[in-house]
Amino acid sequence: MKAVAYRLLAVAVIAMALALTTDAFFTLPNILNILRQASLTFLIASGLTLTILTAGLDLSVGANVGLSACLAATVMKSSGSIALGAATGLAFGALVGVVNGLMVTALRLPPFIATYGMLWTLNGVTYWFMGGETIHGFSPGFRALGSGYWFGVPVPIYVMAAFLAAGGIFTRYTTLGHEVYAIGANREAARLSGIPVRARLNLVYTLSGAMAGLAAIVYLARLNSAEADIGEALTLPAIAAVLIGGTSLFGGVGSLTGTLIGALTLTLVVNGMNLRAVDANWQPLVTGVIVILAVWIDVVTRQRMESRV
Amino acid sequence: MDSGGPAQAGRDTRIPGAGYLLVVLLIAFSIFGDGFATLPNILNVGVQSSVLLLLALPMTLIIMTEGLDLSMGAVLSLAGVVLATLLMNGNSLAAAVAAAAGVGLAFGIANGLLVVTLGVPPFVATLGTLGIAQGLALVATGGQSVVGIGDALPALYESRPLGLPFSIAMAAVACLMFGFVVRHTKLGSYVSALGGNREALVLAGVHVNLVHIGVYAAGGLMSGLAALLLTGRINAGHPTAAIGLEFDAIAAVIVGGTSFERGDGTLAGTLIGVLTIGVLKNGLNVLSVSSSLQVASIGVLVIAALVIDRAVAAGRTAGSRA
Repeated sequence: MKAVAYRLLAVAVIAMALALTTDAFFTLPNILNILRQASLTFLIASGLTLTILTAGLDLSVGANVGLSACLAATVMKSSGSIALGAATGLAFGALVGVVNGLMVTALRLPPFIATYGMLWTLNGVTYWFMGGETIHGFSPGFRALGSGYWFGVPVPIYVMAAFLAAGGIFTRYTTLGHEVYAIGANREAARLSGIPVRARLNLVYTLSGAMAGLAAIVYLARLNSAEADIGEALTLPAIAAVLIGGTSLFGGVGSLTGTLIGALTLTLVVNGMNLRAVDANWQPLVTGVIVILAVWIDVVTRQRMESRV
Repeated sequence: MDSGGPAQAGRDTRIPGAGYLLVVLLIAFSIFGDGFATLPNILNVGVQSSVLLLLALPMTLIIMTEGLDLSMGAVLSLAGVVLATLLMNGNSLAAAVAAAAGVGLAFGIANGLLVVTLGVPPFVATLGTLGIAQGLALVATGGQSVVGIGDALPALYESRPLGLPFSIAMAAVACLMFGFVVRHTKLGSYVSALGGNREALVLAGVHVNLVHIGVYAAGGLMSGLAALLLTGRINAGHPTAAIGLEFDAIAAVIVGGTSFERGDGTLAGTLIGVLTIGVLKNGLNVLSVSSSLQVASIGVLVIAALVIDRAVAAGRTAGSRA
């Protein structure tokens, strides 16, 4: 709990600094915009959080969002059915997760290799599938999912809240959720205590894929267009959000609430750069530095805890 | 589970799954690909594979230490931008190459320090430096290509030392140097021991951390030097020219039979892996398969090689039991 409080304090400090140094920050449209952007990052990062909790990783989430969004857009356009398109995106995202899970459990590939291979494979297929085309212009009803408002609050924030609640209940109050932590904390102990480790890992990677598919739908509705490069810049921020949120790469420690705070922190930084008219080309550099700092803090914290025992 | 088989199986004689795949691909493309089995095209495969080989050699050593370097493609792109910019501004080729190599080396050392000294897991440390290198390249160029690099580099790139295309000659020299270090110096055995037997090295009084950082430094240096070939080939520096090339290098190493779990692997296997990927890409090109699908085919190739390796290992264990 203390860790969460510190992270919230960091968010507050960044927000305060931005409010004091820029005029546009502390306006309702900008705040809502930040929350909307953070909720998209959260959706992509939430499934990723589960894989990292098992001491694994899913580097393919961004590329998965890309191809799922392009497939959903194509089906939506050709069939005219929003539901069919959304179902396609969701199903494809989950399918990618199933394959990732099998590579990790059946082929015993290290997760970062398996999902990094999946990243480039998906990228390749996306470029081939789209062939340089852009699909845009969806029905207003669908676009509301990404850019609409209910009672003055952007719709993606409701989606985010629903999944934060569902994910929170899953990780905190269900046996399955506890088993995810147990596998990450000590895989061998988890196996010996009767947890079906492979089945749980398959589930976690499938969930990660499905969340990427869901994020793809919301993202598509927000952008109102799909291009081959749609998912390219999403991976690093998603990983950054998880790590800033205090989920440890070594498994077993972390939470979805932390990931939400991480997503907020990162969005605030990017928003601040935009408001101060910093060249967008700086973003990968800044995100890279943040990722390294966040993991370094994770490593140091872990070493301190171990030396205390 | 224990796919390694008995240790005395003699790892130098083991044929990685890619060896079979390479033969199959060569035969298939010779039959179905019009103009595949011609001398100019075979040389072309060599030229296309040379940049990849420069990255895959140090990547083998890094993976043998149970590490990974995801930043190579971005560092190579950044070094290419530095090289092209210095040439454009009228600096000598030697100075420009030294600067590119220096940038690469600096990133390699940074990766090594992050992983070894600070204890950051390699895939995240190098993902972070990937972002930093990519960001620097984009900021320095505003996302544009650096063109007008003069005649010195194209002249060098078109030269034919010993009758070989320059890039093949350079890749061959790199191969020999890495082979020599791994086979004939103590460093080679230290690197294989880093993966599985670090404690023994420490007890033997080896400066383990220095060797470990050196492996990452070699990865950065080779990425910087590879910029010479890439920039020579496209006659410009581009901030995202080599993004993702580290994936091909990792794929080549895995396909070449290096295992993450045991710290074993051979440079010869990696050479086969690089050639398999080169042949696959070239053959698909000859069959006019789109370049995007070629990227995806490498993912499939890796899986195929692993499945074959598992099957061969299982067969061998069954055979030795009988």
